[in-house]
Amino acid sequence: MEITLNWYLTLSALLFSMGVIGFLFRRNAIIMLMCVELMLNSVNITLVAFSQYLGDVSGQILVFFVMSVAAAEAAVGLALVIAIFRNKLTIDVTKINLFKY
Amino acid sequence: MTAPILFFVFAIVALAAALGMLISKNPVSSALWLILNLFCVAGLYLTMNAEFIAVIQVLVYAGAIMVLFVFVIMLLNLAELPDLKKVDWRRLTAYTVGMGLLSMLMYITASALDLVPDPPSLEAAANNGSVSHLAKVMFTQYAMPLEVIGILLLAATIGSVVIAKRKPV
Repeated sequence: MEITLNWYLTLSALLFSMGVIGFLFRRNAIIMLMCVELMLNSVNITLVAFSQYLGDVSGQILVFFVMSVAAAEAAVGLALVIAIFRNKLTIDVTKINLFKY
Repeated sequence: MTAPILFFVFAIVALAAALGMLISKNPVSSALWLILNLFCVAGLYLTMNAEFIAVIQVLVYAGAIMVLFVFVIMLLNLAELPDLKKVDWRRLTAYTVGMGLLSMLMYITASALDLVPDPPSLEAAANNGSVSHLAKVMFTQYAMPLEVIGILLLAATIGSVVIAKRKPV
């Protein structure tokens, strides 16, 4: 039995939808950020699978850039979480309503 | 693309780790599940002969980003953890059915349009993930985006320091 492109795409789709479910259903801001990382990872699987399938190295370079942007996003997101926690003493996203008034 | 057993082992552990991340209440165990998931994804890259990306995955994701997450979780020292929202099964079912229908529609459309191209020769794909080949393309064809990514990382570093800094009152 050979593992084809479709297997990798299916796995990536499953991981992506699990990330979306976590992002929608969890309230902890840090876990929501982790779910975003999970989604970025599943997209990376797709990119590498297509890159190897087509024999084109550009996909893997794009994965490298996605990882850099994910690192920057995690750093800024966690800094925001720290700043909000300092003001509101919570990271529950249903209790953070700074834009409400 | 070889080694079906390795693929299935890594895929199943990755899915189980993602599920564990979703349903664990403690943020620290969520982070540990996500680290397991990232290692499995690195193994999946190895089954696709993408060695450089696998190494970078372990170094950057499991090494740097997850250390940052665990550090912030420990730093905040959450007294009372926000627990799981009561799961709304109707919403979850609606989401699952909707995603399934959407993916079926996309698959049928893509197969009708014949979007997936033919694979190239095998020797072109074999040395595709090697570091030397990747570096050659990255530092010639993609040199400009590489510099832009450097500027982005610098901006993110300065920005996160400024945001997280205690305001002088």
